[in-house]
Amino acid sequence: MSQNTRRAVLRALPLAMVSALALSTPLAAQEEPVTIGYAVSKSGPNATGAGITTIPNYELWVKEVNEAGGLEMPDGTRRPIEVVEYDDRSSAEDLVRAIERLATQDKVDLILPPWGTGGNLAIAPLMDRFGYPQLAVTSVTDMAPEFAKRWDRSFWMLGGGHDYATALVETLAAAKEAGTINDKVAMISVADGFGIDLVKAARPAFEEAGFELVYDESYPLGTSDFAAILNEVQGSGADSFVAFSYPPGSFGVTKQTMTTGYNPKVFYIGVGGAFPIYGKITEGKQEGVMSIGGVDAMSPAVEEYFAKHTEVIGNPPDSWASAITYASLEMLEEAVKRVGLDHEALAAEISTGTFDTVIGEVTLEDNQLRKLWWVGQWQGEHFVAVSPADRDGAAAPVIPKPEW
Amino acid sequence: MFLSTLFLGLVLGGTYALLALGLSLQYGIARIMNLAYGEFMLLACFAVTMMFTSWGLGPLWGLLVVVPLGYALGWIIHSVMMRPLIKRSGGGGRLEVDTILATFGLLFVVQGLMLVTFGSDFTSYSYLDRGIGILGTTIAANRLIAFVVSLALGFGLYAVLIRTRWGRALRAVALAPGSAYLVGIDVNKLGRQGFALGGALAAAGGALVSMFQTFSATDGVVFTMKALIVVIMGGVGNILGALIAGLLLGLAETFVAAFIDPGLTMAATYTMFLAVLLWRPTGLFGKAGG
Repeated sequence: MSQNTRRAVLRALPLAMVSALALSTPLAAQEEPVTIGYAVSKSGPNATGAGITTIPNYELWVKEVNEAGGLEMPDGTRRPIEVVEYDDRSSAEDLVRAIERLATQDKVDLILPPWGTGGNLAIAPLMDRFGYPQLAVTSVTDMAPEFAKRWDRSFWMLGGGHDYATALVETLAAAKEAGTINDKVAMISVADGFGIDLVKAARPAFEEAGFELVYDESYPLGTSDFAAILNEVQGSGADSFVAFSYPPGSFGVTKQTMTTGYNPKVFYIGVGGAFPIYGKITEGKQEGVMSIGGVDAMSPAVEEYFAKHTEVIGNPPDSWASAITYASLEMLEEAVKRVGLDHEALAAEISTGTFDTVIGEVTLEDNQLRKLWWVGQWQGEHFVAVSPADRDGAAAPVIPKPEW
Repeated sequence: MFLSTLFLGLVLGGTYALLALGLSLQYGIARIMNLAYGEFMLLACFAVTMMFTSWGLGPLWGLLVVVPLGYALGWIIHSVMMRPLIKRSGGGGRLEVDTILATFGLLFVVQGLMLVTFGSDFTSYSYLDRGIGILGTTIAANRLIAFVVSLALGFGLYAVLIRTRWGRALRAVALAPGSAYLVGIDVNKLGRQGFALGGALAAAGGALVSMFQTFSATDGVVFTMKALIVVIMGGVGNILGALIAGLLLGLAETFVAAFIDPGLTMAATYTMFLAVLLWRPTGLFGKAGG
């Protein structure tokens, strides 16, 4: 909807909205808008991730809040949101400059985080210096506890590689105990941040759980042809195939596996498996594929969220970080309602408060969201959460996975 | 094992060659280093995808549409954007620098247009994805088709360049743009035709690659990088060189992945690239000083 328009237009738009609203809710028109700024990748290599997880949720949330009359303040008044948006062109320097500008020149009331671990780490010192709370949603890092301590107004909401890897091992170990899969695992990983984090945690965890890694290799980022790798994996005798991959590698692995007719009992891929496009990649044969994330498909809140995302944005959200991103915005909205726009009070409220969100009731632990879904699986139309298995809303994993 | 790896390597190499043929022509004949080359391939990817998903027109039929369009687009860009640069440079090294800067800008314009039009999400469709068993390995039918087409295009173009009068004129422009005038060759016209032909090949490459690779509006640089390596390794403007360099790269990557370590495929590629640059700076098949 809102393209890469100039700031003048961005400023004019909400104002026009406000004046339109003035007819129906005369009170709202009196209020000064709340300015919310963000710098996201609208071009360059990060545009894909930001375009799937971050930007749609920002747009959806701003639209909803403004349609309700604006952001509610502690005194009950509602102030419309005015967005100041920059394109960081997927460059950390541009991102940092944009954040500086948002804080010092635009003097926005709140700053929303960029997409990705790297971007959030790049701006964390700056956000801390200017005192803005930073809801670092799309950051996966095992260092989150230390970061939360170092920058006390930063919030880390997507766990670390260690969490995802060990949860996967637990899920597979349960299947091995039940006798559904053998003790051999073939594992590949992308030689880049996230892939390395996951594989480093997975290796010892697999061994501890009594698995034998019959194939364990990494491949460079940007690899698009997996024929040679899968040729070997297929002959390895493993029942479980695990790929700690990034898109589009995840898609490449999937397509190659389908073409060769390789049917492991467990097929797990990394980032991209929870994306709505995955069903198209597999021509609707995604049943049983495991990946990162997952949602509680039985929850009415999640169902409603998927429906309105589809209606407003034009496609469903991804089933990993999208709902978390939206939940972080709901937390921000609720915190503003409780304590207003003062950064210190706001950070304290986000850190200690309890919030009702699309992913259920949320309370942060040491500035981190720990109530997350680590492993998900395609079951029917949904990418449902299967781990942690003992949490409410978890579905039982389907192992062995049906053939392609 | 050896045979199947060899075969997988050749097929991958065919894809690399396919990426590079058009760039080789554009750089070799029109002397324009087109950094927006990958973006033009992506345009073809999107066009073919749209035709397939909305009209049910298969990508191989789509080729018949996008290849002429690629030629036309190349023609227009050369006439409108490159012509003033060529005029100004009066031949010589300045043209290369100027066109690198101009096409670098063009890259962002095209990428921006694609982001606005198609969004930033991944795009993919399935066409002839079924496996075909050859030499003890299974290969996707669409990759096989891309391999065959890239060989056909490579050898076909080579034959045209060597055998026909037009091809000889193109080679004259590539070899000695300053002297080609003397024998009555319209250097501007042939340069434009070379550039447009490169555009047509980019479109063909994009259409074929889209059959098996997931792509997004920001992936152009990836294509350009691979193509650049192949072109420089093969020798600038040398079609057969590009074909062979592409196949060699594919073989190297696949053999390294199968017998050494999949993590070293990129290292193998760049080691080969470095070796070629050190010992044969004009490319495997480039003529010294050419």
